[in-house]
This record gives sequence, C-alpha cells and structure tokens, in this order.
Amino acid sequence: MKVLAFVDSSHYAVSVCDHAAWAASTLSVPVELLHVLERHRSDARIAADRSGRLGIDTRETLLAQIVALDEQRNRLAHESGRHLLDEAAARVRQGGVEGITQRLVHGTLVDNLREHERDAALVVLGKEGEGAGGPDSHLGSNLERVVRGSHRPVLVTSQSFHPIRRFLLAFDGGASTGRAIDFLVNHPLLSDAEGHLLMVSEGTESHRYQLEDASTRLQASGLSVSHHLRSGEPEHVIPQAVKEMEANLLVMGAFGHSRIRNLMVGSTTTALLATSTVPLLIIR
Amino acid sequence: MRVGNWRAEWFGNIRGDVLAGIVVALALIPEAIAFSIIAGVDPKVGLYASFSIAVIIAFAGGRPGMISAATGAMALLMVSLVRDHGLEYLFAATILTGVLQVIAGVLGLARVMRFVSSSVMTGFVNALAILIFMAQIPELQGVGWQTYPMVVAGLAIIYLLPRVTTAVPSPLVSIVVLTIVTLILGLDVRTVDNMGELPSSLPVFLLPDVPINLETLMIILPYALPLTVVGLLESLMTASIIDDFTDTGSDKNRESTGQGIANVATGFLGGMAGCAMIGQSVINVKSGGRGRLSTFIAGAFLLVLVVGLGDAVGKVPMPALVAVMIMVSIGTFSWRSLANLRTHPRTSSVVMLATVAVVVATHNLAYGVLVGVLLSGIFFAWKIGQIFGVHSTISDDGRLRTYVVTGQVFFASAESFLSAFDFDEALDQVCIDVSRAHFWDISAVAALDRVVLKFRRDATEVELIGMNEASATIVDRLGIHDKVDALDYVPGH
Repeated sequence: MKVLAFVDSSHYAVSVCDHAAWAASTLSVPVELLHVLERHRSDARIAADRSGRLGIDTRETLLAQIVALDEQRNRLAHESGRHLLDEAAARVRQGGVEGITQRLVHGTLVDNLREHERDAALVVLGKEGEGAGGPDSHLGSNLERVVRGSHRPVLVTSQSFHPIRRFLLAFDGGASTGRAIDFLVNHPLLSDAEGHLLMVSEGTESHRYQLEDASTRLQASGLSVSHHLRSGEPEHVIPQAVKEMEANLLVMGAFGHSRIRNLMVGSTTTALLATSTVPLLIIR
Repeated sequence: MRVGNWRAEWFGNIRGDVLAGIVVALALIPEAIAFSIIAGVDPKVGLYASFSIAVIIAFAGGRPGMISAATGAMALLMVSLVRDHGLEYLFAATILTGVLQVIAGVLGLARVMRFVSSSVMTGFVNALAILIFMAQIPELQGVGWQTYPMVVAGLAIIYLLPRVTTAVPSPLVSIVVLTIVTLILGLDVRTVDNMGELPSSLPVFLLPDVPINLETLMIILPYALPLTVVGLLESLMTASIIDDFTDTGSDKNRESTGQGIANVATGFLGGMAGCAMIGQSVINVKSGGRGRLSTFIAGAFLLVLVVGLGDAVGKVPMPALVAVMIMVSIGTFSWRSLANLRTHPRTSSVVMLATVAVVVATHNLAYGVLVGVLLSGIFFAWKIGQIFGVHSTISDDGRLRTYVVTGQVFFASAESFLSAFDFDEALDQVCIDVSRAHFWDISAVAALDRVVLKFRRDATEVELIGMNEASATIVDRLGIHDKVDALDYVPGH
C-alpha cells in the first residue's frame, strides 16, 4: 500500500505534499509522488511552408525537423518536472516520511490515476491544477472527472495544510458512505481526530437508526464520534456544519446518484468540491 | 464520437487548415488532370473525383489532416478497363471498389497491414514515383522543341521560387507563368483543352450506364479488387506517415470504411476511384494543415476554382503540367532508400527492389505488393530456420548418443534437422531430447518420424524426450490451443 500524491506547479503543490506526508505517516505507508507531464507537440508551430513543393525526401526532412523541435521543448519540461519532484520529495521528507518514490509520467491526469492507483491506500491531489486561475476560481471539470475515474479514496487538499483535529462525515445512508465508514474502520487515518457524523434528513425512523448504527460501528473501532441530524439542503447545511464544528476535514461518499440525475439537479459532491474550504476525503 | 473531439478535429486549427487547404487545392488540380490523362479519361472525371473524395473523406475518414483524391496509383490500374470497356464501367468499378473497402473496414482488415513490411512500403512509393514519371514520357515524345525548354523553365520555377518566398505555391506560379507565356508568344504546344472535357458545372448524381448482371460484375471485379487493395494500402500507409508527423493516432478501420464511402459516392458523381495521397498529405502538413477542415477546404476550393476558372484551366500548356508531375514523382520517391541499399540487410533490399521491379513490369501496384509480401515471408522463414541447432554427446562406452535439439523446426529447417543426425554410427541406443525445440508443422513432425525410423532400421533403440512439450506448438493441429500456454511448455524459447 502507498499514498499516491499528484504534484504539479500550482500553488497547491506544497499543501499536497503536506497532506501526503500526514496521511503516509499516520498510515505508516510510503509515498509515491507523481508528476504528469503534458507532451509538447510543436508540429503545428513549425513555420508553415506554403510553397506546395515536394523536394527530395521532404517527408523524412520534415519529420526530423518536428522531432528535433519537440525534443528540445520536452527536455526542458523533463528537467523542470524532475526539479518539481525533488522539491516535493524534500517537503514530504520534512514531514517525517522515509519511503518516497518519484515518478515522472506523460499523458493525462485521469489516465495516469487509473494506471498508478492500483495499490494506493489513498490518492492525494490539489483542488486546482496548473493553469487554473486564482484561489477564487471555479473548479474545473477535470477534478470531478478524476474523482469519478478513481476507485480509491481521494483526498482533495485545500490551499494549505492544517493538522486534522476534527472531521465531519457527511452521512446519507447510501452505499458509498457505507464504504467511507468501512475505510475509517479499517484504516487508522483519523483515529486521533474527533469525528462528527452529520446526516441531512427530515429525521425518519430508519435514517435515525442508520445514523446511530454507523456511529456505533465507528466507536467500536476506537474512534471518538458524535452524530447529528439536521434538515435542509445538503449543499448548504454541510458547509455550515463544517464551519460551526471547526472541522478540518470533510469526509463523504462520492456521487451517490446517477450521472443523469446529476445532469438535471446537480450533484452534491460537485457542489461541495467547488465550495469547500477544508480538504475533502472522497470515498467511492 | 465525443463532441469535444469532433470540434477539435474540425475547428482546432482554422487558420492553418484553411490556408493549407487552399495550397493543396491548387496542387491537386494539375495532379487530378494528369492522373485523368494517365487513366485515359476526360480531366473532368479526375477533377470531380478529387472534389468528391476529399470532401467526403473529410467527414468519413479516420485520419484528420490527410488528403485523399484521384491518385496515380489508382489511375494506373484502370487504364485497360477504360480502353476496353469505356467510362461507364469505370464508374461501376469505382462503386464496387468502394463497397469492397467498406467491407474491409467493417471486417477490420487494417490489421492485415502488419504483413506489409517497411521494405515493401518503400518499394511501393518508389514504384509509384517511377510510374508517375514514366506516365509523363508520352507527353515528351513527338512534340515540338518548345516543350523541352518549357518543362525546364517550369521545374526551375518550382524548385527555385521557394528560395525567394514560401508564401505562394511555386507549382501554381510555374503553371500561371507558363500559361501566360504560351498565350503571349502563341507557342504551339498541347494544352489541357486537347486532353478532353473539363467540368463546367457541379457534378450530378448519375447511375453508371451498365447492365446490372453477372457479366458486368466479371468485367469490373478484376479491376475493383486491385483498386481496393492498392487504395487501402496507400491510404493506411499515408495515415501512418501523418500519425508520425503529428504524433497522434488514427482509426485505420474507420479510414478504410471512409475510403469506401468516398469511392461509392464518387462513382455515382461521375468520378474515378481514388485514395489517400502521400505527396499531397505531406504538403498539407507542411503548409500547416492538421484538421479535417483542411481536407474539406482542399476539395471544395478545388471545385470552385475549376468551375469558376473553367476556360482558363483549359489553356494550361501540357509542359507545365509535366513539370509539376516530375516534381511529384521526385518528391514521392524515397531517395534515402537508395543510400540505404548499402547498409540495410540484403534481404530487405531484395524485397524492396523486387516490389519495384514487379510494379514497373506490370504497372500494377497490387502485384508488386503481393510479391514483396511473399518474399518477406519467405526470407523471414529462412532466417528463423537458422535459429536451430543439434548438439550431441556420446556415452563413455560408445553405446548411447544423446542428441539435444534446440530452436525452430518447421518446413524450412526440416531438412537441416534431418541431416544433423549421424546414421552411420552403430549405436545401441539413441536419445533425442526435443524438449527445447519448437515443432511448428507437419513437415517437422515428419522429419522427426523419419529420423526415428532410420535409427530403428539400424537396430538402434530410440528414446524421445519432451515430445509433448515440443509438439504443443503445432498450433494448426491443436486448433484452438492457446499459443501463450504452448510457449510456456517450451523452456528452450
């Protein structure tokens, strides 16, 4: 098992490293740092020659020209990528983690996540990637695709790391929150933190029962948790509770509803991803 | 297809695609006319074909940025059909070619391309270049002396103008200059008008005027089959070239189907069968074209130009066209392959040269490819047959010899397998260890049987070791036997 952390040159990189270091030392597993390089393809940037002339071995010459250009650009990208990883590794080591591997890969974040997450206990990534706007900027669809594409718990970090003393688990009784509970029972990630189970519901008998049951399970595994039941819109109630309880982490099951429903009424997960100021632990 | 992908393929590079499309359209016109002349049809047949194929493949093709139109490779295959049976049969053959290509695409035959080695491909382009050049020779024979200086002047403009500017297509400038000079000086040279009818309107849908019966099918099928093969081969080869340039993948089966759809439609619009063009596709990329829009603009602008300019196109002197085609031929030929003759393995060079020789002799690229593929197969079998050895040790008392067979035993190595045993030695016992050999076919098993029988006749007892593992590779006999599994049995591999 390992903690898989995606670092890039955005201002979330340091926070990703800190979160990864925290998770890895709590879980006593190594960290794998991954930086995804976008391939530079400059073929469209070579000076267009509209002479329409075919010279001797035009094909080979043109190909050699394109390859040389790409090679130059990509070498620079490689170097800065290595540098970025070295810095990230140093930061994680400061956080007290020894086993650190660094990997520089090509392609897209989603594809690489799928390929490298197999033996990851946890995936850590920043809320925004490179090239995204300032702190206020809207969450791109990329993160949602990443979270949807992952089969592992994903920790989406906020801009800076704060020690996790309290966490809030958004409980809806669905299958993915059930898996969130399983995760917390089986992994000592949050065993030192104080937990709050929150269910947004009108308080039917069965909901109450589910909530208490979950709470008992967590307590049985040694976590200190209390549970709360509130009514209202989850998109509003949950952030409010996070603020009130001064939680440092929001844990939730992801995308409980179908894509079709999300398309029509919007997904709670997407809304929380966009608005949350604390890190999110999303479990599918 | 994803919407984002669709948009990127069409409108990801609008400026570059439009400009490159125009350059390609201008370059396509002389080629389409020249290839019509090769096929023995009116220039309008090639021009309509180039329009319709380019426009349709822009939508239906699997390789954005690749240019397809009427081509020399295809034109060469239809000469005798047009001569013996007429134009209507060409349209019918074009439609049948398209249907066969759609079937090939649906069946996923693009996979078969792996048997066409790179030596065969090099032979293909070299042969094509030679044929395009040879097709220009009739235009240079039995003509007035004015033709020769004009061709030279045309080539000079084509090759020297880009040193001054690469903003305008130099073949176009060459054609315009030579046309004006011809008109002003009133030179007595042949013009495109002499070669047949030019398009004066948009193409219209028409059914080929042929009887729909078995007889017609038997006439067009022998033409449609090589057209199908050559069209797909050149298209998939060109697609790989563009893949390399842009470092992007392409859908080869979709390309096959797209070529088919384009040819079917072209047959109904009064055009000749075509395929992807290596030269024009390279020009497109070089001019900055990357997306489907470039192919579309090339086809659409070509028709606008030809219909709009109509009369002016007819005034183009043939020497100007010959100059352009000589450039195409020089540009298509792989000059590097000549230098490579010295360094490449001799068998690859033989395959390449044989492909070229057969094509030049038969004027049929399909035959050349067939011979090239067969030769590569034979050479490969011969080479793999060398990975084979028999070593033996004799026991101290001289009564028992152990033969250890390693490597590939099949039809090409069965003979050396047989001769590796010493039957003159009078032994009590022979042990043949074949557990590290692969017995690929019946020839191999038969050779082993003969060895065993020969020893038995000499009253030598034979013990076989590892026969089950070795013959597990006879995939043919075992039918559905899993090959990966079979290789696991054989530690010698």
